[in-house]
Amino acid sequence: MISRGQAVVLVAGFLVLALVPAAAATLNEPFYLDLFRRIMIFAIAAVSLDLILGYGGMVSFGHAAYLGIGAYAVAVPAFYGIESGLVQWTLAVLASAAAALVIGAVSLRTSGMSFIMITLAFAQMFYYLGISINAWGGDDGMRLARRSRLPALDLADATVFYYVVLAILVGLLWLGHRLVHARFGIVIRATRSNEARMRAIGFSTFRYKLAAFVLAGAGCGLAGALLTNQTDYVTPSYMHWTRSGEIMVMVILGGMGTLVGPVLGAAAYLLLEDVLSAWTVHWQIVLGPLLVLVVLYARRGLYGLLPGSAPRDG
Amino acid sequence: MTALLVAEQCLNGLQLGVMLFLMAAGLTLVFGIMNLVNLAHGSLYMVGAYLATAVFNWSGSFLLGVLFALPATLAIGMLVEVIALRRLYERDHLDQVLATFGLILFFNEAVAIVWGRTALFTRVPRALAGHIMVLPGVRYPAYRAVIILVGLAVALVLYVLVNRTRLGMLIRAGASNRTMVAALGVNIRLLYTLVFGFGAALAALGGLMAGPIYNVQPGMGEEILIQVLVVIVIGGIGSIRGALVGAVVVGMVDTLGRAFLKPLLSTTLGPVAAQSAGPALASMLIYLLMAAVLFFRPRGLFPAVRS
Repeated sequence: MISRGQAVVLVAGFLVLALVPAAAATLNEPFYLDLFRRIMIFAIAAVSLDLILGYGGMVSFGHAAYLGIGAYAVAVPAFYGIESGLVQWTLAVLASAAAALVIGAVSLRTSGMSFIMITLAFAQMFYYLGISINAWGGDDGMRLARRSRLPALDLADATVFYYVVLAILVGLLWLGHRLVHARFGIVIRATRSNEARMRAIGFSTFRYKLAAFVLAGAGCGLAGALLTNQTDYVTPSYMHWTRSGEIMVMVILGGMGTLVGPVLGAAAYLLLEDVLSAWTVHWQIVLGPLLVLVVLYARRGLYGLLPGSAPRDG
Repeated sequence: MTALLVAEQCLNGLQLGVMLFLMAAGLTLVFGIMNLVNLAHGSLYMVGAYLATAVFNWSGSFLLGVLFALPATLAIGMLVEVIALRRLYERDHLDQVLATFGLILFFNEAVAIVWGRTALFTRVPRALAGHIMVLPGVRYPAYRAVIILVGLAVALVLYVLVNRTRLGMLIRAGASNRTMVAALGVNIRLLYTLVFGFGAALAALGGLMAGPIYNVQPGMGEEILIQVLVVIVIGGIGSIRGALVGAVVVGMVDTLGRAFLKPLLSTTLGPVAAQSAGPALASMLIYLLMAAVLFFRPRGLFPAVRS
């Protein structure tokens, strides 16, 4: 299951993340708290995408749609006075799962390039929907007056919010680990390798793929709910296709078909963005070619460079 | 009066359609022949628009802008193919999506560095500034009419080129069996580079004609790219005929939807509901169309024959 090298990486990574608030307080740089919380939120989104992208082989180019749906699921109830985090976050998970169910039921009939494009098209539909609903801010989006209220936890406290996000990330990774090694995960991975054979031995691969698609959507919806709390803001641009591209980049950069990879990818991408944008406003001119180089020469992502990361099956 | 309006909007739809076709033709050729998903195709459209507009504004001659932008974008396209994309033909679509996403970031930023982030001002060339009578009583801007004619001419030339010439024969042969064509002594790598450059030039042609009527700014390529992807998916990936039909259908549906959906809805839903639902539905229309087409015909309307 987990090799010794992997365990070291996991523990070290967890310790780094757990110590960020203390370090930020010592250095008197609250900005780092904000940055690392953002990294973890995108890590949640990236891990959820990797479930279908890396393990399931479904190249969904519309994952940002669920990020947006989760974000609106917090901001819209808040707008009408419902501030309970339990209600908002449950709504975020359920609404994005429902959207993923509909999108998946249609998209999974296709494959290859068509699948990429149809998921993209659905995300764009949600993007335009967000733009056109003027009651919810339209193009400009809307402010979140107050972060979600949780029992016994005050998200307005930056450190408390940080640990809530960390706990969710760790919980999700644990769930993901259980899932991909359970029968369900094995069926999903086997379907990626050879769908015809899986069908021939009696599996309804469509149902398994759809279930994975819905789970991934729900996970990303939760990330969206956290993201609104992080930025105190929601705009349709959360659902723009370049955002889907970014989440995909995080997964690939970190290493597809692994659970830790997307977390590394999210950290690398956002830290790189932070460093480069401090250096020049034209940071994307460096990032773009860097991505091309990663695709051409580092196919297994950052995770593949770590010690103890034996190549995965398939 | 309404008939006039409908006629004018139909022409606008056709104009958008041929514009989409210029993009879609290159993209679908590159996909059909090299099996490459090139998201950076929109960037070539943008580069073409910028180069033409810059030369036009500097020299005052639109023609000079066209004559400079077409070969320049062709060269840039071939350069990109040789440096980066050539290595991606054998990779899966995911790698291609990612690498070309990186190229988009690069081109958008490069353009922003040279020309700034604000939209570049340009105008319709003076010779084409007026209106012409297309039908008795229907006046239409001459410039847009020229776009339609150029687009249809390109479609005709492409058809002849691909189906009736030796080069076209090699292209079709390369699409069905790359190894066999190479074994017969054809320099297939050079052929691919040429096809890619040619697609880039077509995208530039679309971009430079779009300059005077849409905004010339960083990111302009992605706005149209997404629509073009819808076009080729509806038309059937790899098929030029499908690209033409898809482009005209998408152009028409999008333009007519934006023009008439709101008044149409207000008769059934009432003006207040139509005010918000109209524009929303109009901008989602082509995506709904695409989802519907893919649902019933997962390979598009004119699936290209592939071995």
